[in-house]
Amino acid sequence: MTVTEDRPAYKWVGTRPIRHDGYEKVIGKARFAADLDLPGQLHAAYLRSPHGHARIVSIDTTTAAGMPGVKAVVTGADFPDLDPADPNFDVSVNVMARSTVLYNGHALAAVAATTRAEAAAAVAAIQVEYELLPVVLTLDESMADGAPLVNENNVTKFVESDGPSNLATVNVLERGDVDAAFPAADLVVEREFDTAYVHQGYIEPHACVVDVGPNGKADVWASSQGHFMVRSLTAAILGWEPSRIKVTPAEIGGGFGGKTTIYLEPVAARLSEMSGRPVKLVMTREEVLRATGPAPASKSRVKIAASNDGELIAIECWFGYAVGCANDFAGLVGAMSVASYKFPNLKLEAIGALTNTPKTAAYRAPSAPQAAFAIESVIDELAQALDMDPIDLRLRNAVEEGDPTAMGMPHPRIGFVECLEALRDSDHYQSPVPDGAARGVATGFWFNIGEQSSATVNLNEDGTATVITGSPDIGGSRASMALMAAEELGIDVYRITPVVADTESVGFTDVTEGSRATFSTGMAVVNACRGLIEELRARAATILGVEQDAVTWIEGSAVADGHDPLPLSAITAKAKSTGGPLTVTGSLNAAGAGPSFAAHCCDLTVDEETGQVAILRYTAVQDAGTAIHPSYVEGQLQGGSVQGIGWALNEEYVFDDEGSLENASFLDYRIPVASDLPMIDTIVVEVPNPAHPYGVRGVGETGIVPPMATIANAVARATSTRMTSLPMSPPRILAALEAS
Amino acid sequence: MRYAAPTTVGEAQSLLAEHPGSQVFAGATDLIPQIRAGRPAPPVLIDLKRIDQLMAVIHEDGQWRIGAATPASDLTRNSDFTAMFPGLSEAMGLIGSDQIQNRSSLGGNLANASPAADSVPAMIANAVEAVVASGDGTRTVPVAEIATGPGLTSLADGEFIIEFTVADTPAATSDAYLRMIPRTEMDIAIVGAAVRLTVDGDVITNATVVLGAVAPTAVTVSEAGAALVGAAIDGGSIDGSAMNALADAASAACDPIDDKRGTVAYRRQVAGVMARRAAAIAVDRAQNGD
Repeated sequence: MTVTEDRPAYKWVGTRPIRHDGYEKVIGKARFAADLDLPGQLHAAYLRSPHGHARIVSIDTTTAAGMPGVKAVVTGADFPDLDPADPNFDVSVNVMARSTVLYNGHALAAVAATTRAEAAAAVAAIQVEYELLPVVLTLDESMADGAPLVNENNVTKFVESDGPSNLATVNVLERGDVDAAFPAADLVVEREFDTAYVHQGYIEPHACVVDVGPNGKADVWASSQGHFMVRSLTAAILGWEPSRIKVTPAEIGGGFGGKTTIYLEPVAARLSEMSGRPVKLVMTREEVLRATGPAPASKSRVKIAASNDGELIAIECWFGYAVGCANDFAGLVGAMSVASYKFPNLKLEAIGALTNTPKTAAYRAPSAPQAAFAIESVIDELAQALDMDPIDLRLRNAVEEGDPTAMGMPHPRIGFVECLEALRDSDHYQSPVPDGAARGVATGFWFNIGEQSSATVNLNEDGTATVITGSPDIGGSRASMALMAAEELGIDVYRITPVVADTESVGFTDVTEGSRATFSTGMAVVNACRGLIEELRARAATILGVEQDAVTWIEGSAVADGHDPLPLSAITAKAKSTGGPLTVTGSLNAAGAGPSFAAHCCDLTVDEETGQVAILRYTAVQDAGTAIHPSYVEGQLQGGSVQGIGWALNEEYVFDDEGSLENASFLDYRIPVASDLPMIDTIVVEVPNPAHPYGVRGVGETGIVPPMATIANAVARATSTRMTSLPMSPPRILAALEAS
Repeated sequence: MRYAAPTTVGEAQSLLAEHPGSQVFAGATDLIPQIRAGRPAPPVLIDLKRIDQLMAVIHEDGQWRIGAATPASDLTRNSDFTAMFPGLSEAMGLIGSDQIQNRSSLGGNLANASPAADSVPAMIANAVEAVVASGDGTRTVPVAEIATGPGLTSLADGEFIIEFTVADTPAATSDAYLRMIPRTEMDIAIVGAAVRLTVDGDVITNATVVLGAVAPTAVTVSEAGAALVGAAIDGGSIDGSAMNALADAASAACDPIDDKRGTVAYRRQVAGVMARRAAAIAVDRAQNGD
């Protein structure tokens, strides 16, 4: 269901063609990185730290290097040491430990051998002497007075810092006067919350194949959210110029932010360089969970003041993120994400602190879900205390265009109010709550970003078009690019072939983050198409013998008075005689990304004897700006909701005291299974983003922000017990019910 | 690592004798993940599915003989078996996924000796016996005596289960199995409870309660069964004080561990809940012939 503002009538944008890459994916022909095999290829395996924190006194690889099938062995000594101030220092150290292992699972050596079993056997023969160091696993331990240092190279960002610290970042934002506002308020609710480390849970483990040739150039096949990112980071870690590396994007089996960085490619490259053979490196699921980025665990304290008639007057909050073994901006983004309501008085502090756990990575709207869980829970408690409808309370205080964000700059045109109204008017919200169930509501948003993208559009002699971009297709973007090109050029969407090209076949394109692909890369495609239309008008003018100004482009044809419309195919057929090939490149550093707001609603039951939650009905409402391909927009809303439901109910890292992950498998790291969920209903709201030619806002991330509070708010109404700790697993709910 | 698929029990025994450390299997749904997780690979993997007796389900003269390698789905889809032992059938229908149930077997579920095996409490509640190939002959052992601890069994080297036997249930008798998992499927029991009982009109005359996943092996809780015997059934509901006594006995019988899957306190408490709910289902089935 879509709520659409007035907008131009589009022929292609907003339709739902079957994706161009669908056939290959359905029949299993699509190639993911682990599907590639090269002649003579070696298989590599890692030695990973069995300790949560230790100094590497010595590594002896002599025995391993002489074992059957072994062709190359690398350790940290085989990679250049970057300056700790280098922006890639932390990634470099995470890819291969140098003097210290910072978490259980940290890679410190790798072996390439003829078979994976030979590589694994050689890994087991590497002798390491460790000097154990204190292990810091939680935010409280990290921030305690006299806490042992997690990472001696870390210095705190955004504040004066004199030497190494466990603090990653400190951010303080303030407006109005909270100290005066709270004592004067009618009602104040204050709560503390905590959330666990959670993993993105993409189905495809990280994988790559790297072939370094005798000329020193590296061919890399890898699954990622951006192959230019893979190129730059691999080059930085190897100390190479990026142009030595060509990265070909494999299909990607899920990323959700977790594939905006690299783990494998420099290691495979060095092993290939040393052995003279292609090297394949594929993580196991256990390695993915132990050694790739989870999202930070968090603690928070939120205090909100309201008047008796439901005006939110002041907010004071503290957010702490446990960011893992290296610096991360979680605290900064967490702070920025407090921007949904018109609090005249606001004071917040957000920090990140290091722990001896895997280096955290982006996960859909990174850091916002933890903050929204806390804030949206307190807002719900205020609604209960005020006996107000939770949507009405939010509508009364929702930000609109011009209202300040947490950082102070004004919101652009946004659709928060429209989302709340759509949820309020939905069949779900208008239906009575089922007997024995309870209903929860919460909201969230994400800023989104623009960044650099390139697109080349080639017109072929038969009047078809090839649209070449540098954004891997992580959410149906091939179809969306083709739809925008079809709309511009006026030809059938299936006469367009969308291609994701390697780093030597298309212009630079930033990694897919901040829900930017359809927005920025889409804009590059539109710009290229508009350049082509100019050229097509010129060619048509030549063919028809008229001035270019006399030619207009209408629905795929050049139209001039006194002439029959000249279709695209008639112009491309005469390309050679009218000036040569028809090809245009669009590239930009996009500005004007539009925030996407969401409002979710859930009906659930709680089994008060087992603590188990059953979700009966779930509706996700979100502002897409314009849904280029509504099915893939709905898929993003559903996927984000489901990951949020997993985060809410069962997902958590369970470490032992030494920092060893006890549940490094999908059996015990419990993402939701299909039977855990009802159909996730979606309502796509369209408040166009004025900065995009079709009004696009990114939609990939916001969907994960509201679910945790949506569920907690329903649980609170079902049981009269407010869950402030995630996950709300059956044992935790039962314990909370017993305690209350 | 070698794969062998003998067609007789004797051939399988010879392979085990000739290649010490070899491993028989049916569905291998536990074995393959264990090898992938680092368990030393056996010299010969001996597939039992080609041996007719191990794949047969025979019901004659009031007695069932179930081949130890029979896939779970052959039994859950067998309407006679499911009508006779609905609790055992539903326990088998909870293991893994449809794909797993097309391979997994009662023999494997028992011999793997996981404390959380779903079919084992239901087999014990129904007094199922295992027929074990041993030397030149066989020996028959109650299912409860096979597993001796996590991953440990009373089976000697060279022995393996070839079939299970169980008598038809008497009149007005039925069973039920329930388990607690944090998800709705694709998971491993934190607590499992099987109840088999017999009613005479509105009174329970016989009851067996067996718990899984709360101790090193499945536990028959005789106090819990005793709490039900003599209990009145009013309008389909078992007398409340008997139910409370059942739940208390079930909780008290637990000897669980704290681990990533559940705490001691949680397992104790939920064991009583599962036992109570399973008893209610079994009574309904016994009274209504479901």
